[in-house]
Amino acid sequence: MIVAEKKPVEEIIDYVKDFKKLLIAGCNECVTVCEAGGKKEVGILASALRMYFLNEGKKVEIDEVTLERQCDHEYLEEIRDRIDKYDAVLSLACGVGVQFMAEKYFSTPVFPGVNTCFLGAAEERGVWSERCQACGQCILGETAGICPISRCAKRLLNGPCGGSTKGKCEINKDLDCAWQLIIDRLKELNRLDDYEKIMPIKDWSTERAGGPRKVVREDVRL
Amino acid sequence: MSTKTPSKLEKILSAGHMAVTSECGPPRGSDSEDITKKAEMIKNHVDAINITDNQTSVTRLCSLASCIHLKKMGVEPTLQMVTRDRNRIALQSDILGAASFDIYNILCLSGDHQNFGDCPQGQNVFDIDSIQLIQTVRQMRDEGKFLGGDDINRPPQMFVGAAANPFADPFEIRVPRLAKKIAAGVEFIQTQCIYNLEKFELWMKQACDRGLHEKVYILAGVTPFKSAGMAKYMKNRVPGMDVPDDVVKRMSGVPKENQAEEGINICVETIQRLKEVEGVKGFHIMAIEWEDKVPEIVERTGLYPRPDIS
Repeated sequence: MIVAEKKPVEEIIDYVKDFKKLLIAGCNECVTVCEAGGKKEVGILASALRMYFLNEGKKVEIDEVTLERQCDHEYLEEIRDRIDKYDAVLSLACGVGVQFMAEKYFSTPVFPGVNTCFLGAAEERGVWSERCQACGQCILGETAGICPISRCAKRLLNGPCGGSTKGKCEINKDLDCAWQLIIDRLKELNRLDDYEKIMPIKDWSTERAGGPRKVVREDVRL
Repeated sequence: MSTKTPSKLEKILSAGHMAVTSECGPPRGSDSEDITKKAEMIKNHVDAINITDNQTSVTRLCSLASCIHLKKMGVEPTLQMVTRDRNRIALQSDILGAASFDIYNILCLSGDHQNFGDCPQGQNVFDIDSIQLIQTVRQMRDEGKFLGGDDINRPPQMFVGAAANPFADPFEIRVPRLAKKIAAGVEFIQTQCIYNLEKFELWMKQACDRGLHEKVYILAGVTPFKSAGMAKYMKNRVPGMDVPDDVVKRMSGVPKENQAEEGINICVETIQRLKEVEGVKGFHIMAIEWEDKVPEIVERTGLYPRPDIS
């Protein structure tokens, strides 16, 4: 999923302090799962802002909504009939949702309520970690199912570097060395000989480096 | 082994001599004398001098310019090049830049993460890694072709080196990793600083068992301790460094004013022991901001005078 973190409320106040009618829009997908921008967080943020405006002696109307997804026309359309009531929208979706909202409601200011962090998984309750950088050319088949691009601090395709110590990364003792994980799993799969295969220079053109990306699937287009 | 480049370091190794290299860190400023003074102290005692490339990710005068200063004073430089800061365009471009000044040695590294340095908020590049940089230089030299496939007019003639750290984890792939670098085309290796001699000798033995010592020249890396504090710092703070307790104890066991001398003694003893280890073809003496001690170390270990090969 896309993992996000709540923005500090001070930063959000700075965005919205001069508006009179606000819509806080949550998203029922990834940001709900990672507890940063779902219905619950929409409610908490709305309360915090109401408290702030009350203390400031400002009369601000704050409505709440949580859409099934903010990255889909269909669900964003659900607020079309009332979007004009608001001076601004505070979207708690990931950066994708925020932008799709802004594209759709071109004349309404839209602000982000979360920082979109990475593509990751929930390791345990309250702990999420990165697993994928969407490079567009998956190599997990070569690396025993562990991604060195997202999990090695130097994204080394032929690691580990000389800084791998007791299974941990040189930049942070709490961070697993991706290449230690790869080697451990290659061993488990009786494939340690594969370690000596040199991974060729990567074509990064399918990654961010190649410019903004698009997938067009003729077979599923209407 | 026959030589493939005009590198003096390659010629010395190829002739069967124990090679001696050292390194200088460039200054945090633009005064070239900071480099040339250090080089002056050691130039008669070593075959080539590495110039580090923004080591520990602290911004410094660039390795290439520093190498040119060495070249101008008649010293053979080894250009250290990390893949952290430059993409494949810039790396190839700098290799050609170095080749245009007839710099004949290159050390291919990935580089410390920028987190350690003065720009922890900067981007890193890592378009390619150290093993792929080895392949890149070999392709440019041997095939005379850029990564993109076009021909290079006057290809670089560089003796290609890399680092090896026998002490990083996991140990079991440290020899396979060396084999991987050899398969990529590396011709000489400079190792991480050796303090744990037993572990180094085990690594070396495993490398010899696979015949790797006949495919690459391995220069054993040594760094003298200036003080017990430095030994402790290296032990506890420097990633991938293996300083056994008895070495720290030995440094701490002598009075402060004699610790520097003890550090040199340990370094000399290390070289003397490793000279006898099969597969060790020379030494890389990294006397960090202590270059003036290099001549003493080289002389006391019987590695002076240096062979007169040009």
